Amino acid sequence: MFAAAAIGIIVTMTFALLRALLGPTTFDRILAANMVGTKTTLLIAVLGFLADRPEFLDIALIYALMNFIAVIAVMRYTQYGEFVSSQGGTK
Amino acid sequence: MILAIDIVLLVLLAVVGIAIIRLRNLFAVVMLSGIYSLLMACIFVLLDAVDVAFTEAAVGAGISTVLMLGVLALTKNREKIPVTTPLLPLVTVLVTGGLLIYGTWDLPAFGDPNAPIHLHVAPAYLAEGEHETGAPNIVTAVLASYRGYDTLGEVTVIFTAGIGVLLLLSGGLGRRRRDPDEPNSGGGGAS
Repeated sequence: MFAAAAIGIIVTMTFALLRALLGPTTFDRILAANMVGTKTTLLIAVLGFLADRPEFLDIALIYALMNFIAVIAVMRYTQYGEFVSSQGGTK
Repeated sequence: MILAIDIVLLVLLAVVGIAIIRLRNLFAVVMLSGIYSLLMACIFVLLDAVDVAFTEAAVGAGISTVLMLGVLALTKNREKIPVTTPLLPLVTVLVTGGLLIYGTWDLPAFGDPNAPIHLHVAPAYLAEGEHETGAPNIVTAVLASYRGYDTLGEVTVIFTAGIGVLLLLSGGLGRRRRDPDEPNSGGGGAS
């Protein structure tokens, strides 16, 4: 059961990764990175049960918090930084 | 099962690495390097190195993404097309990588209980750690008690580096914001 969950999470992670690679706009990529972070959290939680070490769940919780803070920081820089346009000058 | 997950994650890691090399949009590269760190953290968890995984995620995906975005605010969003051929760097990297892989042949197998590192002081820590330090977690006992001064030094170094980076970033941002396109006029201080 946990193996199936792990496979599902890895497939979703692959799709998020594709969006990060292809994503035409900045926000696609931010969302994809956030998605991969969420999937990392879930994968660590599942891996804890898969390897009979459920205390990994606490670590997964910390990852969730950190992912949230990192995305807030990226959004702030996107909002107030000088690189809002993804078509920056090529000179 | 764990092996299959390992292989898939390593393939994803290789894909991200190649994409970081090929992409010219630097914002995408910063995002991808964050994703690279998260995948690497997954692999560290699979290797049972949870503390390393957490450091990788906090530093690689958290702090360095923010630092790189701060750098990106000071420069252009697109990488220039390189004019030199990558042949010499490629050869250097291949030779260095080959030498490192050659060096791993002499290492003991992964998780080998008879490896020298597990025979020196580790048994004493495991036997006496809880009694001597009072810490139930042996990693905590080693890091905070047996190597307490070492950890204090590391924390001092990281604290100093963090203050330095903060000072550099805030000073650089303030200066750039005032005159974004002014070409070195009047005491630019560029030496």
